[in-house]
Amino acid sequence: MADHQFDAPVDHLLRELAPQVLGTVARRFRDFSSAEDAVQEAMIAAFTQWPQEGIPDNPRGWLIQVACRRMTDNVRSEVARRERETAVAAEAEHLLPPLESEAEVDPDDTLTLLFMCCHPALTPSSAIALTLRAVGGLTTAEIANAFLVPEATMAQRISRAKQTIKASGVVFRLPSPHERAERLPAVLHVLYLIFSEGYASSIGQHLQRLDLAREAIRLTRNTKALLPDNPEIAGLLALMLLTDARRAARTGPDEELIPLDKQNRTLWDRAEISEGIELLTAALSKASVGLYQLQAAIAAVHDEAERVEDTDWPQILALYELLRRVSPSPLVTLNRAIAAAMVHGPAKGLELLQALDRDPRIVGHYRLDAVRGHLYEKMGDHEAAIKHYRIAAARTASMPERNYLMAQAARLAGD
Amino acid sequence: MKYILMMTGKKSEFEGYAKWSKEDLQANVSFMRAFSKELKDSGVFVSTEGLGWPSEAKLVRAGKNGDPITDGVFPESKEFLAGYWIIDVDGPEQAYKIAARVSQAPGPGGKPGNMPIEVRRVLTGHADLGL
Repeated sequence: MADHQFDAPVDHLLRELAPQVLGTVARRFRDFSSAEDAVQEAMIAAFTQWPQEGIPDNPRGWLIQVACRRMTDNVRSEVARRERETAVAAEAEHLLPPLESEAEVDPDDTLTLLFMCCHPALTPSSAIALTLRAVGGLTTAEIANAFLVPEATMAQRISRAKQTIKASGVVFRLPSPHERAERLPAVLHVLYLIFSEGYASSIGQHLQRLDLAREAIRLTRNTKALLPDNPEIAGLLALMLLTDARRAARTGPDEELIPLDKQNRTLWDRAEISEGIELLTAALSKASVGLYQLQAAIAAVHDEAERVEDTDWPQILALYELLRRVSPSPLVTLNRAIAAAMVHGPAKGLELLQALDRDPRIVGHYRLDAVRGHLYEKMGDHEAAIKHYRIAAARTASMPERNYLMAQAARLAGD
Repeated sequence: MKYILMMTGKKSEFEGYAKWSKEDLQANVSFMRAFSKELKDSGVFVSTEGLGWPSEAKLVRAGKNGDPITDGVFPESKEFLAGYWIIDVDGPEQAYKIAARVSQAPGPGGKPGNMPIEVRRVLTGHADLGL
């Protein structure tokens, strides 16, 4: 399926319909796992048939019908097998709900799916894969390709994720408002991880790869439409847009990384920036300020500076201070130290970094050394800067980061 | 995140392996087959290859005109790659656990070999978002 005939309108339509179709089928059969397989098969049938035969008049009804037929076929053969084995009969009737072509579509179904796919029992990689397939409407081959693993491996990962959900005994029902509030951060985190995977890998010649950053933006947009009053979803969408806006400026002709302070800001996407700021402004006017709104606000301050020297660092420092209170983490401390260095000088930044040397969550992380290299360079201590840039280069798991850090060290060593 | 698990050995160890009993070889082969299946079933498998033996290895350098100059003489102490697995896991601990599992592949007499497995991170083409 990796090379199914690419047809943009069909692909787009199928991805939008996928969660609605799956929601309907899963609710009707009360079996998420089998419904998910059946819908995937219906999607694949559509991928092959629609580009040739044209999109049916009622594409959603078509998909629901094909998926339901697949479900009933499976139920029939399952019942036949059980009859052979245990002579359990008469079960078929209640397992076969009536087949309507134009089925009821409930927008809550998509939300239910999203909560199910981001189930706390799943590892992040499983939740991401399942969300992309069940809610995003992507094929296993597309997801496998995006993560550069074999299709069989991704299929297995998805199937195991569904087994885990099944074993947890969760039913296909929208969680209660209380439970939704409790579990929403996990859902947002999965959407955020899909975005960051996509954004991080959107450098280089990855034309074959699906644009996961755009997929994450699309999914978050759809989620926001389902929960329009939640300021954190709006904050996450704003963060994605305000970050994605810098995509074109982030790499040079040789695919080398260009840090924020060296980017050609005329390449930033103004439309994405305006939309992000608009979303953020509306979200911030509501009651609670959360992690994503604050990160979006920081991204917005950067995006609003026409030249790097116009950056409002005191404002960024204040936002990191708030972020540290709302959602403390070593990476927040690290970024706050950078902001403090910009406001109060590099010595202040280095002083704040010392607290992280005792934090096992970040000790040995390359970014700690990369930031130290940068701050020592600003202090004029090139020897220390070179040392930390080189340690960071050895520790990073990213080839472009390693090239960048080695170039930093080489530049100072050559002076 | 992807890791490579590398199984290495000295020339003498490869020569020793060639002299294993039929039962020992059989046990080792079944273990390796089951291990590969476990990786696939758990959704972490990326790729695996076994390599030709060191006796067939050549060291190649470019000569003055760019032509290959081959040499097959290696010091006895050199470690050779026997084979590798690339896996995609959620973190280093999971990679170490899987490496420890394959390290237990049975050796002579069916006892766990406990051979060293070198674990290295496979670099991504990604840049960190840094948020």
